[in-house]
Amino acid sequence: MGRITLDKVQKKFGEVEVIPPLDLTIEDGEFVVFVGPSGCGKSTLLRLIAGLEDVTGGEIRIDGKPATDLPPAKRGLAMVFQSYALYPHMSVRKNIAFPMKMAGMDQAEQERRITKAADALNLTDYLDRRPGQLSGGQRQRVAIGRAIVREPAAFLFDEPLSNLDAALRVGMRMEISELHKTLATTMVYVTHDQVEAMTMADKIVVLRAGHIEQVGSPLELYKAPRNTFVAGFIGSPKMNLLTGATAAKHNASTIGIRPEHLDVVSEGGTFTGRVGVAEHLGSDTFFHVHIPEMTEPMTVRAGGEVGLRHGDTIHLEPRAEHIHRFDDKGLRFACHA
Amino acid sequence: MARAISHRKKMMWTALAWGIGLLIFFPILWTFLTSFKAEATAIADPPVWFFFDWTTENYTAVLERSNYPLALMNSIIIAVGSTLLGIIIAVPAAWAMAFVPGKRTKDVLLWMLSNKMLPAVGVLYPLVLIAKYFDVLDSRILLVVILMLINLPIIVWMLYTYFREIPGEILEAARMDGANLKNEIIYVLTPMAVPGIASTILLNIILAWNEAFWTILLTTVNAAPLTKFIASFSAPEGLFYAKLSAASIMAIAPILIMGWFSQKQLVRGLTFGAVK
Repeated sequence: MGRITLDKVQKKFGEVEVIPPLDLTIEDGEFVVFVGPSGCGKSTLLRLIAGLEDVTGGEIRIDGKPATDLPPAKRGLAMVFQSYALYPHMSVRKNIAFPMKMAGMDQAEQERRITKAADALNLTDYLDRRPGQLSGGQRQRVAIGRAIVREPAAFLFDEPLSNLDAALRVGMRMEISELHKTLATTMVYVTHDQVEAMTMADKIVVLRAGHIEQVGSPLELYKAPRNTFVAGFIGSPKMNLLTGATAAKHNASTIGIRPEHLDVVSEGGTFTGRVGVAEHLGSDTFFHVHIPEMTEPMTVRAGGEVGLRHGDTIHLEPRAEHIHRFDDKGLRFACHA
Repeated sequence: MARAISHRKKMMWTALAWGIGLLIFFPILWTFLTSFKAEATAIADPPVWFFFDWTTENYTAVLERSNYPLALMNSIIIAVGSTLLGIIIAVPAAWAMAFVPGKRTKDVLLWMLSNKMLPAVGVLYPLVLIAKYFDVLDSRILLVVILMLINLPIIVWMLYTYFREIPGEILEAARMDGANLKNEIIYVLTPMAVPGIASTILLNIILAWNEAFWTILLTTVNAAPLTKFIASFSAPEGLFYAKLSAASIMAIAPILIMGWFSQKQLVRGLTFGAVK
C-alpha cells in the first residue's frame, strides 16, 4: 500500500520559503509526475516525501500513518536518483542486495529476489561487475533493481532519465511505465520534461515557485489548462499565447491556440503572415510564422505535405472550439468562446 | 614535419623533467656517496665523484657510537603514533564539516590552518613548562601528542577535501536503502574514503618523521628520534662529513623506502584530492 498525503507541508531554507504550505494526495498505485521549470521546488518536494529534507511545517502521512518525523530508512520508500547514486565499491549484486542486507533479510530470499530483479532488468550477465564498468542505461537499471527488491510502499524518481541520451531515454521511459503496470506500486516521478510527464503519468502536478499550478490527468491539462503558465508549459511545441487586440476580440486578455489547432488555408484566414523557420519532419511540418501585429512568431503544425518555404506568405485559421481564453490574471475562463 | 616538431618538443620536456628530477635528488645522492668515503676524501677539493675507495667504516662507527635502533624505534613510534591519534580525532571532525556544514564551518577550517602559520618557537616556553609540570619531557608520549597537534590542521584539511569528493547522493541513497548512521559509515562512507585516509596517513607519517624543531628541542636521550640522531652528529663534530652523511642516510632510508612503495597514494595526497 502506498497512499501519500501531504497536509500543509511547508519548507523554508533559512528565510527563503521554497515551498509555501501545500496540500496533495497521492493515491495508492498511482503514477504521479511532478513537473515544472528548474527551481520550481519539485525535487525539494520529493526529498521532503523521502525524508531527506525536514519539513518546516505541516504533516506527511504514508498509508495514514504520520511519517513527518521518521528518518528516510523508516518510511518504506525507495528512491532512484538522477546520478543513479550506486555504491562504486560494490558489485552490481551487492548494490542490489544492500537494502535487503540492511533489512536483515535471509540469504536465500535475497538471492531469489536478486535473480528475479536481474532477470526482469536484463542485468543477469552483469551481476559481478562494478558500476564503473556499466553504461548509463545499465547503471539506471541497477538503481531501479536496488529500488524494487525491497518491495517499497512507493518509488520516488528524481529526474532519473536526464543523464541518458535521447534514444535510451525513450526506451527507459517505456520500461518504467511497464514496471509500473507490473508492480502496481505508487510511483512519484520528478522531471522538467513535459513530454515525460505526458507520456508516463496518471496524474501530473504542475509546480511553479513551490506552488501547485494544476493537478490533473495529462489530457485534462492539455485540454483545459487552468492558467497561462500551465497552458504554455504543457504541450509540444508550446501553445501560442496572444494578447492585445487579437485577444480582446474574444473578450479575453490572453488567448491560447495550440500549433496543432491552426489550419493553413489558401486565402483569407484570421492571421496572415510570413513563414520564418520551417521544420520539415516528414510526418509534420512546423512553421514559425511572423505576423506583423505580433511580437513573437506563431508556431503552426501542418501536414508533412504542406510545401511552404521561408519567406512565403501563409494564411491561418484557428479552430474556434480549441481557443483557450484567459482573464487579466492569466486564469482560464470557465467556458469556451 | 609537424610530427617531427612535436617529437622534438617531447624530448625537450623529457630532458627538462629529468634535469629537474636530478637537481632535486642531487643532495641525497651526494650524501649517499659521501657516506661511503673516508673522511679525507669527503672534504677533498676538487670533489671526488664515483672513483674512490668505497668503505663502510662510517656506518660501523655511527652504529658503535650511538644507539641507532632506539632512535629508529622512537621515530617509528612518534611518527605512526601521532598520525594515528590525529586520524582518530580528525575523522569525526572532517566528517561533520564535510557532510553537515554549519554557518561557521569555513571560518573554523581557516582558523585551524592559520594556527599552522604561527611560529612554533612562540609557544616553545609555555609548552616546555607544561611538559615539565607533567613530568613528560623527553618522553615518547609528549612527542606523540605534540606532533599530533602540529599536524592536526593538515590532517583535518586533507580528510575534509576527500570527504567532500564523496557525492552526497550516495549517502542519501544509503539512507533510503534503510541504513542507519552506523551502517552508512561502515558500509558506504569508509570504504569510499579509504584511498583518501590512506594517503593522509602516509603524508603525515612523513611530515612527523621529518619534524625537527620539537623533536630536537623536547628530547634528550630516551625519546630521541632520528632527527636528534642526525643532529647529534652535526653539532660538536661538524667536520666529520662522512659520518654525518652515514647517519643521515640511515635516518632517511626507512622513510625513503616507504615513500618509494607508496608513490601513487602520495601523489594523490600531495595534490590534496584535486586530481581524480
